[in-house]
Amino acid sequence: MTPEFKEGTNALPSNLQCRHKRTGALEWHQVAKAVRSAGGRLLTLWGTDDRDRDGHFRVFAAYLQADGVAVVEHAMEGGSKPTYPSVAEFFPSALRMERAIFDLTGVRSMETDHRGWLRHGGWPEDVFPLRRGFNGSNQFPVLSEPYPFIQVEGDGVHEIPVGPVHAGTIEPGHFRFSVVGEKVLRLEERLGYKHKGIEKRFEALLQKDGHKLAARISGDSAVAYSWAYCAALEAITHTTCPARAIQLRGLALEHERIANHLGDLGALGNDAGFAFGLTQFSRMKEDLLRTNQACFGARYLMDFVAPGGVACDLSDDAPRSFLDRYRALETDVVGMRNTYDNHAGVQDRFRETGILTQEMAWKLDATGLAARGSGIPHDLRIDCPWPPYSEIRVKGSTQSSGDVAARVAVRFDELLESLCVCRELVANLAGGDIRSCVPDAEPDVLGLGLIEAWRGPVLIALESGPSGAIRRCHPHDPSWQNWPLLEYAVMGNLVPDFPLINKSFNLSYSGQDT
Amino acid sequence: MINTLSRMIRTGILTEEVPQVSKADVPTGEVQQAIRRILGRALCIRHVDAGSCNGCELEIQALNNPYYNIEGIGIKFVASPRHADLLLVTGPVSVNMEEALKRTFDAVPDPKLVVAVGDCGACGGIFGKSYASRGAIADVIPVDHYVNGCPPTPAAIVQAILQTIQSTNV
Repeated sequence: MTPEFKEGTNALPSNLQCRHKRTGALEWHQVAKAVRSAGGRLLTLWGTDDRDRDGHFRVFAAYLQADGVAVVEHAMEGGSKPTYPSVAEFFPSALRMERAIFDLTGVRSMETDHRGWLRHGGWPEDVFPLRRGFNGSNQFPVLSEPYPFIQVEGDGVHEIPVGPVHAGTIEPGHFRFSVVGEKVLRLEERLGYKHKGIEKRFEALLQKDGHKLAARISGDSAVAYSWAYCAALEAITHTTCPARAIQLRGLALEHERIANHLGDLGALGNDAGFAFGLTQFSRMKEDLLRTNQACFGARYLMDFVAPGGVACDLSDDAPRSFLDRYRALETDVVGMRNTYDNHAGVQDRFRETGILTQEMAWKLDATGLAARGSGIPHDLRIDCPWPPYSEIRVKGSTQSSGDVAARVAVRFDELLESLCVCRELVANLAGGDIRSCVPDAEPDVLGLGLIEAWRGPVLIALESGPSGAIRRCHPHDPSWQNWPLLEYAVMGNLVPDFPLINKSFNLSYSGQDT
Repeated sequence: MINTLSRMIRTGILTEEVPQVSKADVPTGEVQQAIRRILGRALCIRHVDAGSCNGCELEIQALNNPYYNIEGIGIKFVASPRHADLLLVTGPVSVNMEEALKRTFDAVPDPKLVVAVGDCGACGGIFGKSYASRGAIADVIPVDHYVNGCPPTPAAIVQAILQTIQSTNV
């Protein structure tokens, strides 16, 4: 915490400790530098058009520091070409976020990469969807635009373009490999294919309905996103959730973590040529989803977390079904971990493949699971726990080798730890209500919701409008920080190892593209 | 190796009967025969994500787990649209994926079938039509069949695939 940051700060409604500071252009830049040198991390950047209110555009940065979250705000005169100093020299992951801010609001950072990130020619370059007065339902013909990838020159270097449609049941995105023979010299990602205008769409919804859209930002993190949204809304409306609802949210979030880790562990075995792993883990995942169906009433908990609590209570025999399922899962997962660990072929593919060193992970703002695989032990559930995690001691997992094997090991550890967390939640489940009433928020209040999802921290910044409307809502996926890591992790690896390395990160396209 | 083998034996065969397609239950063998009669070989599916939230993808992936074991009834996922008989498309169609979806559709040899998966694929869902979303898949390429749900269950997806094949058998 630097002295210059402490002046002029006040609290911002959030489920975590959160401060707020307004800065000028120079200070915006200085604060970023100070946060970085104090070991803080960039959570997200977003822009707003407030010209209707006070004639200004704004950019916001949310940083995570040892003592909580700090939101920094910088206002710019609403002239024709508003600009602000880039923070990418301190936080490289900011580069793509700044490009996205320009595509949506027309506010430009002073960085020099002006290629569109979310805009692929689907709307005119002088149209900025998040500006006030832009009608979100306007449609434009697609005018495809060139996108110059960085060229690698040299004897025998050639390019392999992959995507956006990939050869599997996965999301779309484009990868441009520059290779010599089988070896990857460079990878450049181009994302944004799934941009659906979610931030604009939020502005057409009421506060009480926004959680449904939040759950569909990235379907594999539905609980985390809908919880982050509700946490932000509950913070700005000063709502307290019933104890039971908070525990059920925790249970749902851990089930989501377990389901995704099971899916990934199976897919990683499969990508290493061990189909038996996929069969076993996909069986375990299906068993868990069926338990969800029986106890929560749905396989995937898209609409479970709702403002003020949760949408439905557990079935009567749920605690017993949960405990039986956890016991069976634990035995199976421990057994399969033993099988993976002792399988020479699998270990040969996992170890020393796709290495992301701790130093690189730190420089590139790695977050969440990927960071923990490279020796950076960040986990919001442990670092700044919110209820119910403030009542539970979650044991973190960190590996230092930074390879595929490390990210596999972190998944195994977290999966088993999640089972312990779930048991504790089930054992101490409170009775009573599952939902409180949430009033409409006062207009023009900004709040933050931050939840440690299975990939890493998921954030929702929510600003209220008049009579229950949403003025602005910015969701952020940890994949923004982690996609650039993949570009580094594949360097020097073989092209056929890319699917394995990619899967070991398993980043969200939809969450990044919004 | 012993571990692996003993786990296989302990797990046993989990594959369930194919979910009900019409009024009468169709045993697995008959579905397989129907596919063979109509196509003369396995049904090849190419999945295209045209902008979904990734929820439908999770349930499509589940079709390959041992419970649904879709390959066991003669349906397989292929890597290229040129090898496909049927496109399984999730939506809504984002503006940035519109061209890619059209090109993938064009690359599938005739005769071809399209199944739109999920509420968003059917009508645009919560995303609707916007500057960045074209909404329903049918607004971009012709669709033969829909599966509703958010996300639809694997059983509902298998059912829709089988219904689509049967409806071509008139």
